[in-house]
Parts: sequence; C-alpha cells; structure tokens
Amino acid sequence: MPEDEVRIGVFVCECGLNIAGSVDCEAVRDYAERLPGVALAVRNRYTCSDPGQEEIKKAIVEHHLNRVVVASCTPRLHEPTFRKCISDVGLNPYLLEMANIREQCSWVHLHDREAATAKAKDIVKIAVARARLLEPQVEMEVPVTKAALVIGGGVAGIQAALDLADAGHQVYLVEKEPSIGGKMAQLNKTFPTMDCSI
Amino acid sequence: MMDVGRHPRIKLLAYSEVEEVSGYVGNFKVKVRKKARYVDEEECTACGDCVEVCPVIRPDEYQMGLSSRRAIYIPFPQGVPSSYIINIEECLGVQPIACGKCAEKCDKGCIDFDMKDQIVELEVGTIIVAVGMEVYDPTPLDEYGYTRFENVITTLEFERLIDSGGPLEGHFARPTDGKMLKRIGFIQCVGSRAERRGNPYCSNICCMNTVKDSLLLRDHYPEIDITVFYLDMRAFGKGFEDLYKRSKDAGVRYVRGLPGEVKEDPQTRNLLVTVENTTACRLEEHELDMLVLSVGLEPREDSKTIQQLLSLSRTTDGFFLESHPKLKPVDTSTRGVFLAGCAEGPKDIKESVTQASAAAARAQIILNQDKIPIEAITPIIDYDLCNFCGRCARVCPYGAIVDVDPKRKVPPRVIEAACAGCGTCSAECPVGAITQRHFGDEQIFAQLEAMLGERPEEKIVVFACHWCSYAGGDMAGVSRLQYPPSARVIRTMCSGRTGERFILRAFTLGAPIVLVSGCHFADCHYINANRWTQRRVERLWDRLERASIRPERLQLEWISAAEGQKFARTMRELEEMRKKVTPEEIEYTKQVLAEKV
Ligand SMILES: Cc1cc2nc3c(=O)[nH]c(=O)nc-3n(C[C@H](O)[C@H](O)[C@H](O)COP(=O)(O)OP(=O)(O)OC[C@H]3O[C@@H](n4cnc5c(N)ncnc54)[C@H](O)[C@@H]3O)c2cc1C
Ligand code: SF4
Ligand code: SF4
Ligand code: SF4
Ligand code: SF4
Repeated sequence: MPEDEVRIGVFVCECGLNIAGSVDCEAVRDYAERLPGVALAVRNRYTCSDPGQEEIKKAIVEHHLNRVVVASCTPRLHEPTFRKCISDVGLNPYLLEMANIREQCSWVHLHDREAATAKAKDIVKIAVARARLLEPQVEMEVPVTKAALVIGGGVAGIQAALDLADAGHQVYLVEKEPSIGGKMAQLNKTFPTMDCSI
Repeated sequence: MMDVGRHPRIKLLAYSEVEEVSGYVGNFKVKVRKKARYVDEEECTACGDCVEVCPVIRPDEYQMGLSSRRAIYIPFPQGVPSSYIINIEECLGVQPIACGKCAEKCDKGCIDFDMKDQIVELEVGTIIVAVGMEVYDPTPLDEYGYTRFENVITTLEFERLIDSGGPLEGHFARPTDGKMLKRIGFIQCVGSRAERRGNPYCSNICCMNTVKDSLLLRDHYPEIDITVFYLDMRAFGKGFEDLYKRSKDAGVRYVRGLPGEVKEDPQTRNLLVTVENTTACRLEEHELDMLVLSVGLEPREDSKTIQQLLSLSRTTDGFFLESHPKLKPVDTSTRGVFLAGCAEGPKDIKESVTQASAAAARAQIILNQDKIPIEAITPIIDYDLCNFCGRCARVCPYGAIVDVDPKRKVPPRVIEAACAGCGTCSAECPVGAITQRHFGDEQIFAQLEAMLGERPEEKIVVFACHWCSYAGGDMAGVSRLQYPPSARVIRTMCSGRTGERFILRAFTLGAPIVLVSGCHFADCHYINANRWTQRRVERLWDRLERASIRPERLQLEWISAAEGQKFARTMRELEEMRKKVTPEEIEYTKQVLAEKV
C-alpha cells in the first residue's frame, strides 16, 4: 500500500432513532463505501458511545485508515470527542471530518425520508471530498496566566471568586457598585431555608 | 461577603468597570476603571461621623427609595468594602465655602476631593461573567396602579419594608398611613410569562419568593389575611413543595387567576381588586389594604457592553448564551470565559451558587495547566505569491500580521499566538497568497465541487460561521423546525473567511443561490471581522450587477446561535428564490464568470 494513499473510514451513526428515524442509514453507508478514497464504511447505533469509539479505533488500526469521517451530529458537540478518539490510536486529530446529518438533516426533515436520505448522502459526499484533502496539523501551545477575573460581585460572583481563591488562584473581583452583594444583599430572609441573606 | 474582603488571594475592585479586554484564553489583558470614591477605602473605618454633617438628602437606592441617605454614605451597613463613598454629583462642593463639612469632620482625613479614577491593568487566564440581572419595573402595567397608588409595591420593596434593617426597622406597615394592615394581596407573574408587555419567560423565583413572604408575614403578623393571585404556582425545587404546603396550611388563600384591574378607594386608600377566579369560575372582588406585585427578573440593560468586550452571544430573551444547554451550561462561545448566576438566566440563590462553583471548576481546568494548545487554524503565507500589499495586516482584527511594508517590500509575518483563526486575511488577499490551515482554499473548493457536481440547480450553497449561523442551524435542528432539504452548508470559523473566490466558484459550478451568513455585528467572535464580510458581499453585488447577473442570487444574512427560527425561515425563503432561478440564467452565469475568473 503506497504511503500517500488516502484511506478514509466513514462511520455513519444512527443515533438511536434520532438519525435512523428519518434517514436510511444503511443506504448512506452503502453510498459512502463507493465514494473515491473510502476504504471502509460502517454503520453504528451510537458512534459517540464507548463501543462506537472502540470500533473506530479498531478500524483505524486494522484497515490502515488515515482519515476518518463521522456522519452524525454537529461538530459543535462531538468534534472534540472524535478528535481525541482518533488521536488515541496515533492519528493526527485534524484528520477527522464530521458530516452533520442530525441537527442539519434528520431533525429538520422529519417527514420526508427520501429527501433526508438523499441529503445525508450528499453531506457525506461533501465531507469525504474535504477529508481527502485534510492534512495533519501541529498545535501551538501558549502559556497560562495563573489568575482569574470575576465580573460582578453578587452571590454568584462571590462564590466563584471564593472557590477559585480557596483553590489557590489569584482572583480579581470587579464590582460596578460601591459594595459587593448584588440583589441578595437587599433580601430580608430567603427561601428555602428562610434564613437571613447576608 | 466578608470572606471576600479578607481573602488574601482576592483583590476586590469595587465601584469599578471593565473597559477593555484583549488577548485570548490563558492570556487575557484587561483594563479596569476604578472610579473615584472620594473616601479612602483602606483608611475609612465606617464610623459614620461624616454623615451627620452632610446637608444633602437623597433617596436611598438600597432601601428602594423608601428612606433617605446623604451625599456621603455607605450603600448598606454590611457593605464590602466597608467604606463610605461620596456621590460627587450630589455633593455640594469641594470648596469650604460651598460645603466640605464631611472632610472637616473626618478625624482620620480619609476624604479626598481630588481623588481621580484609576485605570488598573490586569492579566488573567480566565474570566467568569457573573453580572446578574435586573428586577422588572412594573410601571408599564398601568392596570395594577403601581405608579398611581402608594399602597401597591413590588416584592423587592416588600423585602425592604419587612427587614429589621429596612426603613421601618422591621415594623411592617402600609406606606400611606404607617398603620398595621389587615389584608394583603400578592399578584404573581408580573412582567413574566407575558406575550405583550414584559417578558415571555418564567422568572423562576417569584412563586417561591411569595410563598416565603407569606410565611414570614404569618410568623410575625398572624392576624393579617393573605391572598395570592396566581397563574400556576411553581414549586419545583428541593423542599419547595413543602414550603408551599406549609403556606396553604397556615391559611394563606391562593386564588387562581390574575386580576384584570386594580382600583383605589380614595377615602381609605384601600385597593379594590377584580379577578376572575378560574378554579371557581366566578368574578370576584377583593378589598385589600396593600398589594404586592411579584415582579420577575430581566437581563441587565448594560449586558451589551460585556457582550461586546468578551465576544459573547445572548439568547432572544437577552440573557447570556451558554455553549450548550445541556452539556456545557457554564461555558461560552469564547474559550476561557464562563457564566455564573442570573447573567445566564433567572434563577435562585442555590442555583446561582451551584453554577458559580461549576464555573470556578471549569476555569480551574485552564488555570491548573502550564500551557494550553491553540487550534491549528492560523494562516500560511506563500511568499512566492505575496506582493507585499499589506491588505492582510490591515484587515486582521487582532493585529496578528506584522512587518509588511509595500514601499520597502517587506513581507508580512504572522504572530500565531495572537491570531484567532478567523481567516479574514486569507479571504482578503488579492493574489491568493494566504490560506488558512485546516480551512484551506483547496479544501473548500473540493467541498463546493462535491456539492455541485450533480444537480447543482437543486441546491443552495450556504456559507455559515461556526459560532453563530452554523450554531443557529443546529438550533433549528434541536427545535425540530422543518425546512426544505435544498441547503448544503460549508462551515468556516468566521464569515470573514468566505472569500470572493469561493462565492464565484459556487456560481461557476452552477449554484442558483449562495448565502453568506455570520454573526450579527455586535456578536462577531472575531471583534469586527464580519464587517469585511459585508463589504466583500457588497463589492460582489456590484460586480454581479455589472455582469448582468441578478445580485439577489447572492444573499447575506446575520443569524445568531439562538436564532433557529430565523435560520429555518431563511432556508424557506431561499428555497422560494431558488425556484425562480431559470436554467438559462444559471448557464449564462457560468459562461460569464468562466470568462472572467
Ligand atoms: C424580590 C426578590 C426576592 C428573591 N428572593 C429569593 C429567595 O428568597 N431565595 C433565593 O434563593 N433567591 C431569591 N431571589 C433571587 C436571588 O436574588 C438571585 O438568585 C441572586 O441574587 C443571583 O445572584 P447573581 O450574583 O447572579 O446576580 P446579582 O445579585 O444581580 O449580582 C450581580 C452583581 O454584578 C454586578 N454587576 C453587574 N454588571 C456589572 C459589570 N458590568 N461590571 C461589574 N459588576 C457588575 C452588580 O452590581 C451586582 O452586584 C430573589 C430575587 C428577587 C428579585
Ligand atoms: S470618612 Fe472618616 S468620618 Fe467618615 S466614616 Fe470614614 S473614618 Fe469615619
Ligand atoms: S462636601 Fe458633599 S458629601 Fe461632604 S458634607 Fe458637603 S455635601 Fe455632603
Ligand atoms: S494581502 Fe496577500 S499579497 Fe498582500 S501582503 Fe498580505 S499576503 Fe502579501
Ligand atoms: S486568521 Fe484572522 S486573526 Fe489570524 S492573522 Fe488572519 S485575520 Fe488575523
């Protein structure tokens, strides 16, 4: 197998019935399998679950995958999950692409299975096209200033500041008014304990 | 509160406001204006000698204006920092002829009329936003007579009246005659759960607050008759149902139905409340000595300032938006910034405290690391193509591109740590010399080609930014809003990344409609990168028009992360537009652009 051959694994998630309810996931998997660059296409019940992630890891190793496409929910939810999953077996995390067939497909076309399935295929095709050109990236690291700013000195700000300070961090608490306390300072007794507020 | 004042690792900056924030997670630089108090905070012992001599009398805000204070005052006795302050706008004046009495009286010499605002510069790794809320002002609800009848008060005023530290020193009485009362009523949901005036949401705390008030009254004044007018009583928290039951068992009358009108008997100053009791199905009239409006909570009016300083988003209600309603309830869209308390939505003290501890724990994940990784989405410059024009440096919202000089032909250099990865520089480079890592030109072209390879005329190309419009698309899904299946979305971090090249390529490949979408101006996660998006789209509209291509086929829409409705509506509208684009038009566009591009 040549070094630079693209070998993409596509993992189509049913998300229980969240996706499978309005998208024919087997049809999507079958379609994905025949896209250029795809070495393997698998259907899972819950790809983000531990068994689902294990399956991805195993497939990367067994099928020498060098790109992964997960067709499931929005990358805003599980991109970090799957990036970590693939890097656990040595694949650069930037070699992952997600195809959002839940929030932007199955959930918004609940009553047209045919159209939803066709769209899901298209979304996967677009993701695979992008995945073919993904490149490994090296992340830069930046130092962390060991101090926190809390804006607002009501009961929430006070608690956050105390927790952070008790844990050993320097805290700056900025309060707009001449005194901290917020609304709670104006209360006489408070529910549910019926005790005094300050 | 006292603990904060005493803690060796907490520096309290009271009477202060954040004015500027720059930097990024782990490395924020913050400028705070510490306003002049005119009393030395460290030296003042809060003896109060100064107050006695001050001739200026003003309503006391802490007591909701129910009693008065002087121009030099302490907000409330337990205030932290424990120091007096002069309201300089109310103060008669510095000069001894004008006044200056307090300064004369203060033996310690803490009063300094020349004190100036200070700018304090801080460096921090994380930020917690806990700016809280405001209490609804019932003035617009005229039918309850809040502004017309003195014996109609709000629950916050009630708190002050019944408090032993309040204006009546705990001797509860009604405002008009200072007499003990026999009958009191509470109206629930004032300013909340209303479609027309006030806010549509439930304010969360007002039911239990009234239950609490009813029990306090019962304990201290068992002879008072208490009636509560409500829509639903929401006693959902731990121990809440028990309190509600205690209140009912103690004889508090709960009447289901909100009064339509409140009148005052001008002689007795008693209040006449008409209400449709929906449980008993009858119209009732209640005569009361005092009426308390159970007001709800609102986002602070000045939320916008903090929102802009930290590039946050807000929900349509106006409260700050969390990263994810279930899984990331205290994170925000800006990495390293967290939410706590009512800033995020109406809640009680326990929930505020719980959320604050959660935010502190999340913040510590960052603070406990020596280094944190930054996403590899910075620009790469091809120095063979670059002509040193300097446009990239000009458009970068973060000043992350430096050195470039067209006259002396010095090439640009990227400061990676300062770059936030918006991709605007790549989109604006006139010669295509910059591309963004992980969102490369070739990758986006490949997406367009895959998308428009078959039946392009059926598809709508949507460029959406990660933080707002793509998230708005997700929100439409979470809310199960249905829209036509024609849209295909390309996600970039910022709409600023959507270069002319991408849009023109989409049209060349036969796209009937292209949408560029991003955050509303104030919400842009890259300061103002979307201003460049707008200029670019406007430029393209001109260009399309000149080429006799209908500019309406390129749409620009600002959709926030909370606007699932707007996303779905936009998709429906675009679908209507798409149907009107003729095959001839598409063919013509392809030809014209193929010649030009
Ligand atoms: C009438 C009434 C009765 C209530 N009774 C109860 C009760 O019995 N039990 C209960 O659990 N809850 C009760 N609550 C709710 C309780 O008040 C809130 O849960 C609590 O105050 C929320 O705390 P917070 O810190 O989030 O906000 P806040 O108390 O509003 O504090 C926010 C703080 O931030 C400051 N701030 C705002 N903007 C800025 C800025 N830009 N820069 C710096 N500082 C800023 C403000 O000055 C304020 O000090 C009641 C509320 C009301 C209105
Ligand atoms: S300013 Fe002086 S007199 Fe006034 S409270 Fe402070 S110490 Fe007392
Ligand atoms: S100088 Fe101002 S604050 Fe001081 S006593 Fe006179 S009016 Fe009051
Ligand atoms: S915009 Fe492009 S050509 Fe101009 S200086 Fe920057 S990289 Fe070079
Ligand atoms: S990607 Fe955005 S932040 Fe980074 S250098 Fe380019 S314009 Fe500046």
